[in-house]
Amino acid sequence: MSELVIEAESLSKKYEGKDILREVSFSIDKGEIFGLIGPSGSGKSTLIRLLDLLEMPAGGKLSILGTDALASRSRYDLRNRMALLNQKPVIFNRSVYDNIALGMKYRKKSNQEIKDSVHDVLEVIGLDDYGNRMARTLSGGEAQRVALARSIVTKPEILFLDEPTANLDPHSTKKIEELVQKINREYNTTIVLSTHDMLQGQKLATRIGVILDGKILQIGTTNEIFHKPATTNIAMFVGVENIFSGTITGNKKGEVTIDIRGMIIQAVADFTEGYKVGVLFRAEDVTIHLEEISKTSARNIFKGKIKSLIPTGPFVNVVIDCGQDINALITISSAEELGLSFGKQVWISIKATAVHVISDSKI
Amino acid sequence: MVSEIASGFLQAINLIITLNPEVMRITLLSLEISLSSTFLSALLSIPLGSLIYYHEFFGKRFIINMVQTLYALPTVLAGLLLFLLLSNAGPLGFLGLLFTPQGMILAQMILVMPLITGFTISALSGVDRDMKIIVISLGATKVQSIFTLIREVRFAILAAVILGFGRAISEVGAAMIIGGNIRGVLNYSGTRVLTTAISLETSQGDFALAIALGIILLGVAVLVNFGLNLVQEGSVWKSYTSS
Repeated sequence: MSELVIEAESLSKKYEGKDILREVSFSIDKGEIFGLIGPSGSGKSTLIRLLDLLEMPAGGKLSILGTDALASRSRYDLRNRMALLNQKPVIFNRSVYDNIALGMKYRKKSNQEIKDSVHDVLEVIGLDDYGNRMARTLSGGEAQRVALARSIVTKPEILFLDEPTANLDPHSTKKIEELVQKINREYNTTIVLSTHDMLQGQKLATRIGVILDGKILQIGTTNEIFHKPATTNIAMFVGVENIFSGTITGNKKGEVTIDIRGMIIQAVADFTEGYKVGVLFRAEDVTIHLEEISKTSARNIFKGKIKSLIPTGPFVNVVIDCGQDINALITISSAEELGLSFGKQVWISIKATAVHVISDSKI
Repeated sequence: MVSEIASGFLQAINLIITLNPEVMRITLLSLEISLSSTFLSALLSIPLGSLIYYHEFFGKRFIINMVQTLYALPTVLAGLLLFLLLSNAGPLGFLGLLFTPQGMILAQMILVMPLITGFTISALSGVDRDMKIIVISLGATKVQSIFTLIREVRFAILAAVILGFGRAISEVGAAMIIGGNIRGVLNYSGTRVLTTAISLETSQGDFALAIALGIILLGVAVLVNFGLNLVQEGSVWKSYTSS
């Protein structure tokens, strides 16, 4: 049976009369990596500071490790069982060793215990020989690893990571991500990770909470969040490119047909005829064909002309005018193989199960 | 006049080289009083500045403004106020500190404490807000937090202490009013310090002694400045090199 380590109920926070967090409720299991994703300014950092008991909420309940975290007598003890890593590495004007040892010194651990633990974590972060170096001489990525080591040396039960790689280069980002997974795996540390990078959330988190404008709008597995976003705002944030509004024109045992301004699309949903809905599907779920296809399990096949081809990294975003503009994402080599070019006529197919339908109240 | 200055200068060098007892007595008393006042001010002002920085309370901004205003407190005014307090008829007259080195230490503390308090607050305010958050998050108690942050700005605070010493040793108004510029004899140290002695000797036309004391005062200032630079260069060096 899973053990809850964080239970938040209707947490709210205001700064100068402005709502920063509104009615935030969720729970996190022991050993979980919980991703908090949302754009900058959505309230992620504030929520992390509330959870690490560095700030008090304006209202709501918070239980951490089975204790009422908002009772003043328990806050100091609870804080000692948690740790925080900030976006910008905070480095003290001391040696790497002294930086890492700081939390243990606050806990009045013996010199031998500090020495052993610091050497252990230096090994974990791959900076074994850096103990005597002045920490301010390190690169950004190394500094963040030292800050991470300082957070884990006290063996926290919960580790909060607030945009830990936002300022780092891809190589350092990869290192930190590997360390986060290693810490979670080896120490069974519960990790709360805030990020605006949805791919990082997808890569690391077991569950994700989407926070927009101070509210957690959806909590689910990465698959649920990315393929079945609860609102169009979430869909846009998690990179769903095809978002339309339409009307249900029929429902046969859960297979609905939807009219999107003349384009009829089939999906799996429970809405009844006449219902206004939002229709969402990801660009990578759209397949491009050069000829009309008959043998396919996909229910939705449309003819259209290529309107634009925009290279994005190893992929190409192809916009096809099928009455409505549909975005498809394919690899550059596939695009070359198919000989795609502006104005070319193509067919596209989308599986009915890949189309996510939401109530129009959530559009 | 030019020849008087030249001969005064030569005599001054002679007084210093021969370790003239009067010059030595005045110099040592000056150092003793100013070092004591600076040390005691630092002992009180660094914790005071830290507490003001660390806590949020009504009137904090006003207090900081007042402390900063006192940077420019005229030394004679500080002397006058303390004189009224320490004179026989004053509320602290029973302490018998008027015209004593202890009274002068107190007077200099009034001048130095605002400097060290204010610069401690400024130095700590310059600490990144995230650092304060991380220190608390790492499990520091309030006292541990303050010590950690002070350590981070130790060179700025040390510079404030040295600046405070500079103000203490160079001020003349309060030392004259509270000390009375009494000449020391035999075992009695008197209250004559470098600045008050220079003032007196100049008015009496004894330029040689005044110039000798002036050179020493300037020498102390050079040493203080040299020390300050050394400390700051050391901090920069230590921050950016690996050991």
